[in-house]
Amino acid sequence: MSTAVLRFENVSKQFPGVKALDGVSFEAHAGRVHGLLGENGAGKSTLLKMLGGQYRPDGGRLLLNGRPCDFHSAGDAIAAGIAVIHQELQYVAELSVAENVLLGRLPTRFGLVDHAEAQRRVAAQLAAIGIELDPAARLGELSIAQRQMVEICKAVAQDAQVIAFDEPTSSLSHRESEILFRLVHALRAEGRTLIYISHRLEELYALCDSCTIFRDGRKVASHAVMAEVRRERLISDMVGRELSDIYDYRPRPAGQRRLQVHKLRSQALPHGLSFEVRGGEVLGFFGLVGAGRSELMRLLYGADRRRGGQVLLDGAPVSAAGPAAAIAAGIVLCPEDRKEQGLLTQASVAENINISCRRHGLLAGLFLRHRREAALADAFIQRLRIKTPHRRQAVSLLSGGNQQKVILARWLAEPGLKVLILDEPTRGIDVGAKNEIYRLIHEVAARGCCVIVVSSELPEVLGIADRLIVMRDGRISGELPRAQASETAALALALPDPACSDFCD
Amino acid sequence: MNASTLTPLPTLPARPWLKEHSMTLGYLLLFLLLSALVENFFTAANIVGLMLSVAQIGMVACTMMLCLASRDFDLSVGSTIAFAGVLGAIILERSGSLGLALGGGLLAGALIGAANGMLIAYLRVNALIATLATMLMVRGLAFIVSRGQAVGIASEGFIALGDSQLLGLPLPVWTSAACFLVFGVLLNHTVFGRNTLAIGGNPEAARLAGVRVERLRVWIFALQGLVTALAGLILAARITSGQPNSAQGFELDVISACVLGGVSLQGGRARIFGVLIGVLIMGTLENVMNLLDVDAFYQYLMRGLILLAAVLLDQLKTRGGQHG
Repeated sequence: MSTAVLRFENVSKQFPGVKALDGVSFEAHAGRVHGLLGENGAGKSTLLKMLGGQYRPDGGRLLLNGRPCDFHSAGDAIAAGIAVIHQELQYVAELSVAENVLLGRLPTRFGLVDHAEAQRRVAAQLAAIGIELDPAARLGELSIAQRQMVEICKAVAQDAQVIAFDEPTSSLSHRESEILFRLVHALRAEGRTLIYISHRLEELYALCDSCTIFRDGRKVASHAVMAEVRRERLISDMVGRELSDIYDYRPRPAGQRRLQVHKLRSQALPHGLSFEVRGGEVLGFFGLVGAGRSELMRLLYGADRRRGGQVLLDGAPVSAAGPAAAIAAGIVLCPEDRKEQGLLTQASVAENINISCRRHGLLAGLFLRHRREAALADAFIQRLRIKTPHRRQAVSLLSGGNQQKVILARWLAEPGLKVLILDEPTRGIDVGAKNEIYRLIHEVAARGCCVIVVSSELPEVLGIADRLIVMRDGRISGELPRAQASETAALALALPDPACSDFCD
Repeated sequence: MNASTLTPLPTLPARPWLKEHSMTLGYLLLFLLLSALVENFFTAANIVGLMLSVAQIGMVACTMMLCLASRDFDLSVGSTIAFAGVLGAIILERSGSLGLALGGGLLAGALIGAANGMLIAYLRVNALIATLATMLMVRGLAFIVSRGQAVGIASEGFIALGDSQLLGLPLPVWTSAACFLVFGVLLNHTVFGRNTLAIGGNPEAARLAGVRVERLRVWIFALQGLVTALAGLILAARITSGQPNSAQGFELDVISACVLGGVSLQGGRARIFGVLIGVLIMGTLENVMNLLDVDAFYQYLMRGLILLAAVLLDQLKTRGGQHG
């Protein structure tokens, strides 16, 4: 076994009111990928920020090649040969790939930036790690996956010995993830030390040699050989309890037809899409990124302009005037991007729950009834087990799973709820919170509501939905009842059909 | 603050009291210091004069607060003040009816505001540009309708708007106080105020949560126009004429007062009490500089410095709140 390149010894970190890390020790070796597992709030991100020089440990120490490190800034960590690829990528959208990679170290000639030289150097770097990208392209024009590649190229250009990834696949499509995995393997083969954080167990099994599991800021276990650890064991270690079936699906009787979508069209979806949902049914939507699932949901919700078609709820047409009209009819949406589209990040938990607050009983004439608002918020914080110190806590300080629950609470508090649409409801959320969200979905369905779940995670939609609709290139490519829905059947419908591509468009 | 009635959730750690009220404490300190050091500052006549001098700014700052809280901006208020005053004076001159004059002025203000709102909300013109354009146009209209001349006001009833007294305080001060009360309630205790902060905090999230963002923006600007027109009519009453070139640079004073009062230009954050303090700071400084006979040129310099200092203080406060 190789020597430990990176070692955490008894590291602790205290934030006001929370012990984020409590005496954590583990090590990572050259030429190996070490996975970090744990629910949100378990301490993984704090650890990475410490590695990246953003936080300093309160206790314990960090050793690189046997020497203790004391990072005061992100610059110190980079100088020591550590690169952290954060979930939220850090780049300058207006600058080119080459400029981003070499930012701070741009080659100059006569005091001016030597663009030709910069692009030549970066092109060589990109070629070396096998990425096809134009070094002159502006970062803002690239896809998220490509921006991530640039970030990795930057780490390699800085000759980082240790590269840490924080949930790198959370916003990548299937195919983009494959490219990332190949890159991780290549970096490993070069003898670099890799740290990898993800919530997707399949991915961790495929990539990691060893792993450490965290819970509530403490280390639960380290495994030198990841492949020998059983999946159930990993999950129960992370969650702290047994989770037999995280999807919690139980067959239920199908109700009456409630929602009918007929030839719905928009600028982004010109083909006219039709489908139906029964009361008490959970309908899954699957497709590759760009297949038009989110666009269809936004259109159904009135967030995008309708060009044609009709939506009927219990036989009555639903106005296309906008989200406010959809909500009035009983259709609500938990959007794909929680931060940008879902949350009022500066506001409190209670304000986020109560925002669509023309609710019965919360108003006395023109005026808000603060007591009732508070009581309603508290009731939902308890019912959905939202982990927050108080309803007045800023929602931005909550973990992803709890933020999602806040948005769910907003809609579950809606007395006229009939159709609940969830777009990627568990993206970036840990296993325990996922399970709670699935149970809420089943609970809403049991009330006789229609639930539509859009997800790029195939096991998830297969696990919770009664029926699956697959989309491809802005069209509905097929429909699978639960009994016939398998990964192969769904993927066959989702992937582009080479025989057809000659005729379509 | 009422305690939670239903649950045993732990309470938040008390917000650092000093940080929360630093501006208020700063103002109190300033006030005490000036009372002790500056001759004639702490006299009934001077304090009433001070309040009267910021009455217009105070009224408009209330609605500007809503505007800034919703992540917008309004540069046209100075011109609207002049136009409403001139229009009121002209209608009064032609018709002799006080009601028509006031109604006409207020309606014009509300329409200017609503036009600003529609440009910004529906036609998606940047707020800075849209209100810069209306600022120029409305100023132009004020000159056109008055042919560039001040329009005198002779009506006792109209003039009473500006100089009648109630319980020892001039009417404009009462109007301003009423504005602070009404808009404070509007901001904190109605759906309107809540949604205003929401669209300032995150417009897309607010829209997807069911807030009718465009309509709300138009309302905010229409209110702004209405209150500004009222301020314009009161100003005209005080100076007994509608002046087409009055209130130049007024918009910047109002925005300064709001920023001093801790309203975030990024939207989503506003406190009515803060705005009140901001307005008082502006008024007090001007008052003291006049008492001390500071040259008008230096007064500009001082006002700029105070504004910068307040904003830097605020920056330091928010930065202190972040980790790492």
